Amino acid sequence: MTIFHQIVDKPWLPLSDQVEQLHSGRSFHLPQKKLALRFFFAVGTVIFSLLTVSYAERMAYEVWRPLPETWLLWSNAAVLLFSSVAFQRATVCARRGETPSVQKALYAGGFFTLLFLAGQLLSWHQLQTGNALDPRNPANEFFILITGLHGLHLLGGLVVWGRTVLKLRRGSNPAVICRSVELCTAYWHFLFIIWLALFGLLFFPGGSLPIICRAF
Amino acid sequence: MANIAPTDAGYVPPAEVEDTELHDPQSFITKYIWSQDHKVIAIQYSMTALAVGMVALVLSWLMRLQLGFPETFSFIDEADYYQFITMHGMIMVIYLLTALFLGGFGNYLIPLMVGARDMVFPYLNMLSFWVYLLAVLVLMASFFVPGGPTGAGWTLYPPQAILSGTPGQEYGIVLMLASLVIFIVAFTMGGLNYVTTALQGRTRGMTLMRLPLTVWGIVTASILGLLAFPALFVGGVMMLLDKVLGTSFFMPTIVELGEQLEYGGGSPLLFQHLFWFFGHPEVYIVALPAFGIVSDLLATHARKSIFGYRMMVWAILAIGGLSFVVWAHHMFVSGMNPYFGFFFATTTLIIAVPTAIKVYNWVLTLWQADIHLTLPMLFSIGFIVTFVNGGITGLFLGNVVVDVPLSDTMFVVAHFHMVMGVAPILVIFGAIYHWYPLMTGRMLNEGMGQFHFWVTFLGAYLIYFPMHYLGFIGVPRRYYELGDTTFIPESAETLNAFITVAALVVGFAQLVFLYNMIHSFMKGRKSSQNPWSSASLEWQTPQKPPVHGNWGPSLPIVYRWAYDYSVPGAGRDYVPQNLPPDQVGDTDDPQPIGGGPVPAGQAAGVMEANK
Amino acid sequence: MVVAVILILIVVGSVVFHFMSPWWWTPIASNWGYIDDTIIITFWITGTVFVAVILFMAYCVLKFQHKEGRRATYEPENKKLEWWLTGLTAIGVAGMLAPGLFVWNQYVSVPEDADVVEVLGQQWQWSYRYPGEDGVLGTSDARLIDSDNPFGVNPNDPNGQDDILVEGDDLHLPIDRPVKMLLRSIDVLHDFYVPQFRAKMDLVPGAVTFFWLTPTRTGAFDILCAELCGTGHHIMRGTVIVDNAAEYDEWMSEQETFAELAARAKAEEKQQAGLGTPTGDGFEKKVSLVVNEDTAKPIQ
Ligand code: HEM
Ligand SMILES: [Cu+2]
Ligand SMILES: [Cu+2]
Repeated sequence: MTIFHQIVDKPWLPLSDQVEQLHSGRSFHLPQKKLALRFFFAVGTVIFSLLTVSYAERMAYEVWRPLPETWLLWSNAAVLLFSSVAFQRATVCARRGETPSVQKALYAGGFFTLLFLAGQLLSWHQLQTGNALDPRNPANEFFILITGLHGLHLLGGLVVWGRTVLKLRRGSNPAVICRSVELCTAYWHFLFIIWLALFGLLFFPGGSLPIICRAF
Repeated sequence: MANIAPTDAGYVPPAEVEDTELHDPQSFITKYIWSQDHKVIAIQYSMTALAVGMVALVLSWLMRLQLGFPETFSFIDEADYYQFITMHGMIMVIYLLTALFLGGFGNYLIPLMVGARDMVFPYLNMLSFWVYLLAVLVLMASFFVPGGPTGAGWTLYPPQAILSGTPGQEYGIVLMLASLVIFIVAFTMGGLNYVTTALQGRTRGMTLMRLPLTVWGIVTASILGLLAFPALFVGGVMMLLDKVLGTSFFMPTIVELGEQLEYGGGSPLLFQHLFWFFGHPEVYIVALPAFGIVSDLLATHARKSIFGYRMMVWAILAIGGLSFVVWAHHMFVSGMNPYFGFFFATTTLIIAVPTAIKVYNWVLTLWQADIHLTLPMLFSIGFIVTFVNGGITGLFLGNVVVDVPLSDTMFVVAHFHMVMGVAPILVIFGAIYHWYPLMTGRMLNEGMGQFHFWVTFLGAYLIYFPMHYLGFIGVPRRYYELGDTTFIPESAETLNAFITVAALVVGFAQLVFLYNMIHSFMKGRKSSQNPWSSASLEWQTPQKPPVHGNWGPSLPIVYRWAYDYSVPGAGRDYVPQNLPPDQVGDTDDPQPIGGGPVPAGQAAGVMEANK
Repeated sequence: MVVAVILILIVVGSVVFHFMSPWWWTPIASNWGYIDDTIIITFWITGTVFVAVILFMAYCVLKFQHKEGRRATYEPENKKLEWWLTGLTAIGVAGMLAPGLFVWNQYVSVPEDADVVEVLGQQWQWSYRYPGEDGVLGTSDARLIDSDNPFGVNPNDPNGQDDILVEGDDLHLPIDRPVKMLLRSIDVLHDFYVPQFRAKMDLVPGAVTFFWLTPTRTGAFDILCAELCGTGHHIMRGTVIVDNAAEYDEWMSEQETFAELAARAKAEEKQQAGLGTPTGDGFEKKVSLVVNEDTAKPIQ
């Protein structure tokens, strides 16, 4: 039953079969937290899409000076990828119930995330001090805004990560842990995808995006 | 007939929703302060919202005094006036209406109406309230900082909002933006809860189409909020950076007092797009819950099923969807690309169709009904009058050329007050008269209620109906005083004075209402179990007011929709949603399912057992 | 009973008020009579709906009020009725939208032969610039603004030399000639609003916006600011005087051009600085920044 089927029946008529009569009261076959997390992904997607649109709008009307790509940002992307992979591994292990490996993978994920955040801070520092850069280049402002909000989302994720690690160390029920780990993993994948999109936006178009925008 | 044959319902498995972490309160503090019970949180939300609402009300009196009797009140200067407008508008829209409808009514009603023990994430729910309170405190703090609150208008348009020609540009604007960002965090926590609870936490038998329209309205509004507030968040953060760090997201080259400022290259229109991408759905965040609630009030007090339930649901969804593609109708004269006007005028007028359908269905619900002119019914009728009035003036403003002369005049002020000020507030009052007995076990005083209704409804109409005509003359909005003009007749000043007197009288009636709420809480007539003979689930709890866990030992089972009023062949003129089919023919009042009172604490015990 | 009567009174009162009250739009002084017509159409369509819905409700309240033993009919929906109502509403909406879009199309299509006048807004005053003999406005940039060059006109643009600058005086427009108002702000948003012209548009710093009109009635009219622009918003006033052709030409001939103003400013500077040779670098340096705002940043 898709959500669309659920909103067409005539509720004043008796429902056709017993199963429906005892409808479970759920619209999706998902744990509640997962559904809530998906809604949160929608919120995050809107935030970053709006930033993208704002950025593109601005590019269209400036003599645009793109940001210099640096090795640092490439390595940061790799680090975030590692953390995503680590979380994935944690999920796999948690599903199999291999608690010690879960713990190791989780630690790795957290470590790479922190490394990523440190790397981002360093890149901000480079932007500010790098004398090759024009401090008035609006691309800088957007870079800091976008990566800053992305980093804040990761920090929020780290709070949940911390609670999961605590649960693990307290030896909670493996099923409960598995659910938490799954949620973290989904969240990290989401933020990794967002990062890829932003990274592409900030560095790749090499002038193509502004041209597209100007067409409008 | 709207129920299944009795034989079909022989065995019914017990309904219990898994993975709800119900928090059992231990002490006074956990029960009433750090409570995770949705009902307590709802009341906390409502009280806070009403308290800031009072601030906004007092501000409106001061503004009206200034407009009605210019040059009389020396303690209101220009800067004060613009600060009052800004705080009044922002508080009313965000901190009163949004918080009250979603945090207040949403919290109280969703779990009860869907048959849940609580929201699915009670802890997050509690957090949502405290973060909201923080947002309110930060906002209120701006009254006390040097320079006072911001006077940028509730739309906060840059560059003006952060430049020195505007009051409160030092700290006021920073606190305002910070408070909004905090509010959005609070709202997101609440909104995820409302949506997930309604989608995943319903009791057995409660299909989506059996939900009362109140839940549809509030949940759709929550979804709109989740998707629209991010735009305000992004705009707010960018403006904060412009203000605090001197970036130029929204700031072009600016010459102020002959000096070039450090800014350059930014786009003021970008902010307007972000603001209204949030701002227009925001209108519906306020309106949709009101639509839902008023539908339920009308059906219950007219003893008739809501007319065209499915259309009503689809219209709510259609309006919710369309509300994301009409935002630039607030920007017809903003200097954006004028060709956008064609698109946004068209979408705006299209959204009028589902809205009109809702209106027709409300009045058709009254057709051949059995209308009880109770207070909730009166307020609902008042809502229809003001909403239709405000809705049709919306067609003026949405139809791009007509907006050109009228935008930024008092016509706009009259329009939005009618449609998103008066109309939803009448619903709020109706809803409070309706659900107060459920929340407190006592009825509100009828005499005071009648006084409150007639003064508020007729008074508000007298305030805002003539105000449209000031707009036709060409009186601009956000004017501290009109000064000398060649086109405004003397008589317009008289009208302004009249409106001010009416506003003060209406304001006074709200004090009577507050007194009524306090008085009846202690001395009001005891209400019966189901004073309005309502069919929907929230009135079927074993205890009144419902206790922690809501439903006693086991959750109710739902056999039908929420609108079985005056069903042919049924014993009474209403059939509660959870009444087993074999009892539909009985003529005595149904007992709440789940039997008599449950000893305190047992509800939670059952939860444990079910885990 | 009472409720129904009050509802009827509200309807009757509103209609009577509409036709009897002294408050209505100010007599029009531009070609935008179509806008007024669209408002009238909208009034009739929406007014009918308002009256019909409220009277219907009054009737229901009167007829179906609770009595002992009364029971409502059970009618969850009526597909046919609902589709009819939807269809009729759609027609009504189209009836308003079509003329609206038609007039909007005119509003955004400036006639080829329109004169050009620039309005410059700043906290909290209006100034104006006419293109002068050549009919072309010189390029300008907010970054060039200083006390000698309050409009930021590009001193190296030959088109700008004969531009007529009007500061602290009224705006004059000739009757019956279409004019394109170019709007520019150097600080915050403003909105150029003359109630008798019906048209209005925001001034946006960093961009040039526009609207057009043809004045159709001579006289003096108030210019108001209709976009909140700070504490002086309500005192940001001006006057526009619509002249017949002769009066207009006479007034125009008394105005100073940009070149004249600049020369006078230089002369004064010289006097103040004694006999030192003018370096002239002030302008030269800034000129490299000049962009024509008209093309650099079209309105979005
Ligand atoms: C008795 C009740 C009320 C009175 C007397 C009142 C009065 C006013 C006045 C005098 C203004 C300023 C008009 C101007 O100069 O432009 C205003 C603005 C406004 N009001 Fe109300 N108001 C009331 C209730 C409400 C409610 C319930 C809402 C909720 C939607 C609301 C929302 C606004 C908004 C959004 C503004 C615009 C603020 C701005 O221009 O930035 N008001 N109100
Ligand atoms: Cu809107
Ligand atoms: Cu202004």
